[in-house]
Amino acid sequence: MKEHETVTANNNRHEQLGLTDGQVLDMYKYMVLARKFDERNLLLQRAGKINFHVSGIGQEACQVAAAFALDREKDYFLPYYRDYGFVLAVGMTPRELMLSAFAKAEDPNSGGRQMPGHFGSKRLRIVTGSSPVTTQVPHAVGIALAAKMQKKEFVSFVTFGEGSSNQGDFHEGCNFAGVHKLPVIIMCENNQYAISVPLHKQISGKVSDRALGYGFPGVRVDGNDALEVYAAVKEARERAIRGEGPTLIESMMYRLSPHSTSDNDLAYRTKEEVEENWKKDGVARFKNYLIDCGLWDEARDQDLIAQLNLEIKEATESADLAPFPKPEDTLLHVYADAEGGA
Amino acid sequence: MAVMEYIDAIRLAMKEEMERDESVFVLGEDVGVKGGVFTTTKGLMDQFGEMRVLDTPLAESAIAGVAIGAAMYGMKPIAEMQYSDFMFPATNQIISEAAKIRYRSNNDWSCPVVIRAPIGGGIFGGLYHSQCPESVFFGTPGLKIVAPYSAYDAKGLLKAAIRDPDPVLFFENKKCYKLITGDVPDDDYVVPIGKANLLREGSDITVISYSLPLHFAMQAAEELEKEEGISAHVLDLRTIQPLDRDAIIAAARATGKVLIVHEDNKTGGVGGEVSAIIAEHCLYDLDAPIMRLCGPDVPAMPISPPMEKFFMLNKDKVKESMRQLALY
Repeated sequence: MKEHETVTANNNRHEQLGLTDGQVLDMYKYMVLARKFDERNLLLQRAGKINFHVSGIGQEACQVAAAFALDREKDYFLPYYRDYGFVLAVGMTPRELMLSAFAKAEDPNSGGRQMPGHFGSKRLRIVTGSSPVTTQVPHAVGIALAAKMQKKEFVSFVTFGEGSSNQGDFHEGCNFAGVHKLPVIIMCENNQYAISVPLHKQISGKVSDRALGYGFPGVRVDGNDALEVYAAVKEARERAIRGEGPTLIESMMYRLSPHSTSDNDLAYRTKEEVEENWKKDGVARFKNYLIDCGLWDEARDQDLIAQLNLEIKEATESADLAPFPKPEDTLLHVYADAEGGA
Repeated sequence: MAVMEYIDAIRLAMKEEMERDESVFVLGEDVGVKGGVFTTTKGLMDQFGEMRVLDTPLAESAIAGVAIGAAMYGMKPIAEMQYSDFMFPATNQIISEAAKIRYRSNNDWSCPVVIRAPIGGGIFGGLYHSQCPESVFFGTPGLKIVAPYSAYDAKGLLKAAIRDPDPVLFFENKKCYKLITGDVPDDDYVVPIGKANLLREGSDITVISYSLPLHFAMQAAEELEKEEGISAHVLDLRTIQPLDRDAIIAAARATGKVLIVHEDNKTGGVGGEVSAIIAEHCLYDLDAPIMRLCGPDVPAMPISPPMEKFFMLNKDKVKESMRQLALY
């Protein structure tokens, strides 16, 4: 009897967090969309259709769960380059991301200027990002400062990897946010590797413990458990809106893909280690949860994958056919007040 | 019209813009209660409160980065670097971020931030309270850089910088703060960014400069005219990025003899680019090789008085260079 109760409780975790069946199914859809999108990009790069791809495989469950815990109509987002699951869940379309992968003129992220994975969309409040890592943390703090100054009810949400958490901008940004009690959620996607350098050579303590020094809570969550991530981000958002300041979340996961399409990961880690971590994959785990809840089954899964693959195929074809920027448009948008500026 | 010090003109520009636009705010080390280590922001916290005149932690990359974030949201931050010598930790935020935000987002996002930083020596500041870092940022498209020499320009250029939709580095000369006074109109004027200013018309030689050394050039020009009948044409660049090419070319053509003067060291300085513009556009109008009078190519200015004096420009050094050029 007792065992039965435990099973029932586990099957209702999402309801206890205030998530409807429809919402968790939606979350799963975005996780699979991100996974399939990512896999397609790896193939496109290998086929010579696109130049480059940085993968987020293994991190999608966390990314999508975090997005669902935020206000996707109001909050400001400063994702890092692996956050395909996150940006899809806050409204970027596969076609828009493909336009970026193909570096086409219509790419809303950068008009084909930046590498893929450098997200940005004012419409979606996804703040433009760069490649030098962690510069976005002070930006998120600045946006949170604006929210406080203007008495607006939104938060900023920023992500980065554990390697990046060693940058000065992480520490300077956290400290500033702590001093001024700003509504910002600072989430480290700890995927165990900074390109080839493993966690133990990056950090001797815990990223989440660093929050103590900045005077706000730091929590470590299982990034492969979407609902645990959702609960942590939701609570952080509530604290921020109540005026209680920032939260640091360290989400533990594993980068299942190589760093990028230019990386051979088996030069610094074993096949066995990677395979072991595939068993912990957050997307598969969430699928099993939905099946246990009676909300999902293999047949529906196959249908979903077929539908998403079709959507991605259409996005790919559309982006492939879309025009490149005009060469001379290289000169545009240096400043607001000049047609060129160069 | 009031006569005021250069530093008062900077403060007045911030005060007027903060009164005019609620999204304008100041942040930096010691800017609040203390009113800045030079008193540049004195009184602003009393008028506008501690949220709009924000004392920040001692961390320059955060000062710049937080200001950039707020600017992307739509605020108009004025970030103060206590000394320009200390803005190098913020260089990544300024060059990789602020300068590229409009460009990399294909005009979707923008970054209307102003970063104020005191430049220059002659105050016994030693290596790290005396530098002119213009050349570090010069040549980074996406940034605008201004460097006023007078109280009038300080107010007008700062107001223009605050209203500018793009990032502006405002290099104020700390030696000018109290040394330089001038007429500053009470009305709401701006000095346009990107336009040089002809300070003096002349027919024998042209001096092109910005910031403090222009005062030396102007005094030297008066004396040379009176004492030796040498007539100098003096152009203030006012904005050092983007450079006003037309004004530079016109000034070079006016006399055919050009002296470029700045306190920043010669190699890689703004003067090299001004010189190249002249060489590209009006080489055959020249009657003498282009001359440059700049700080020496040493890492920075020593504190020992004779060494500081050796490094610094002054009226006599500028006058001697002008005389040599006139006699060429």
